[in-house]
Amino acid sequence: MSHLTGGLPFAAVPLFAGLLSSPVGVAHYLVVGAILFTAGVVCMALKRNALGVLMGIELVLNGANVNFVAFSSPYLRGEGAASLGLDGQIIALFVILLAAAEAAVALAITLNFYNNHATVDIDRAEDLKG
Amino acid sequence: MMTTVLASVATMPGVFAALGGVLPVASVNWHSVLFLLFAAVACACAVAVVLAENVVRMAFYLVLSLASTAGLFFLAGAEFVGAMQLMIYVGGTLVLLVFGVMLTAQAPFVAIKTSSGDRLLAGMVGAALLAVLLQAAFRVEPWRRPAMADVAAPAATPIGMALLGVRVDEPAAGAPATAVRSGYLLPFEIVSVHLLVVLVGAAYLARAKRRRTPRAIDVAASSVGPVVTARQAARSSASALVSGGGR
Repeated sequence: MSHLTGGLPFAAVPLFAGLLSSPVGVAHYLVVGAILFTAGVVCMALKRNALGVLMGIELVLNGANVNFVAFSSPYLRGEGAASLGLDGQIIALFVILLAAAEAAVALAITLNFYNNHATVDIDRAEDLKG
Repeated sequence: MMTTVLASVATMPGVFAALGGVLPVASVNWHSVLFLLFAAVACACAVAVVLAENVVRMAFYLVLSLASTAGLFFLAGAEFVGAMQLMIYVGGTLVLLVFGVMLTAQAPFVAIKTSSGDRLLAGMVGAALLAVLLQAAFRVEPWRRPAMADVAAPAATPIGMALLGVRVDEPAAGAPATAVRSGYLLPFEIVSVHLLVVLVGAAYLARAKRRRTPRAIDVAASSVGPVVTARQAARSSASALVSGGGR
């Protein structure tokens, strides 16, 4: 890799060139899925707007979908390595459909809560507090 | 102006030649380049969803993140899943979310502040979770890229046949050849009925009700209005008159 940098002072150039010229493995996809999942969990825990919590749920489901598709991908599979095959893609499809259904119901509940309480702040939803 | 543009265009091959000296274009794996582009946009927009205070901007960043994830699906060879991600997620679910944002975006709810202590705690928990997940992700041994001839032609036919209960795709590598592989007809039917039930339930929950009791938002608005208090005073005096007349 040293002949590629040509004496450039940047230390990041070999790493960047290595990322650009080497093929993408399944670990790359898992890293992206982990970042999406973590962002979704933090978003769910942090947001006080009910719609923000919904967006966090979408991010979590999306991160799981990235992992399913990566494990089922024919382009990332090596010889002799077990993979999910088509099953992973179909599970990802079902996750997308169920996420759409979940978003519809959660949005209806949020609108109902907004009509009855005049707010979408989930910290104010304390009618069921014992 | 024109001359500077022309000069910059004229120097572009020089820039490319210098780049080529650093990084030979022939050795660049364009699959990896596109993967890095989509992955960077997806992760940056996911973090921006967490950091944004305004709920409208959160919805916008979420659209960008989900669309970039669809690009990742295309790069992984899951064309049908990527198309469904664009059509259902970006085209349907996010439009639903944006409608929810528009219906509830009154001024005090567009940006609800979170306390800095909560932010700090959530950041620490998120960093710990990310560390665990990344450690697990790097434990997965790198899978080599097969020759392109081994990869089946991209088509939605195997997915459609599997949803009809017939498997026409190759069995997974490592699986025994005699294993019976089930289709997805039953989950497909369950999901279709589930979607119908959810549609009816969502329409029932979010319908416009005719209420006898005033809504909380009307009570909150009317408790401060002097006109309403005058009307209430008039009504109470009228009832006093009526009761006085009856006496």
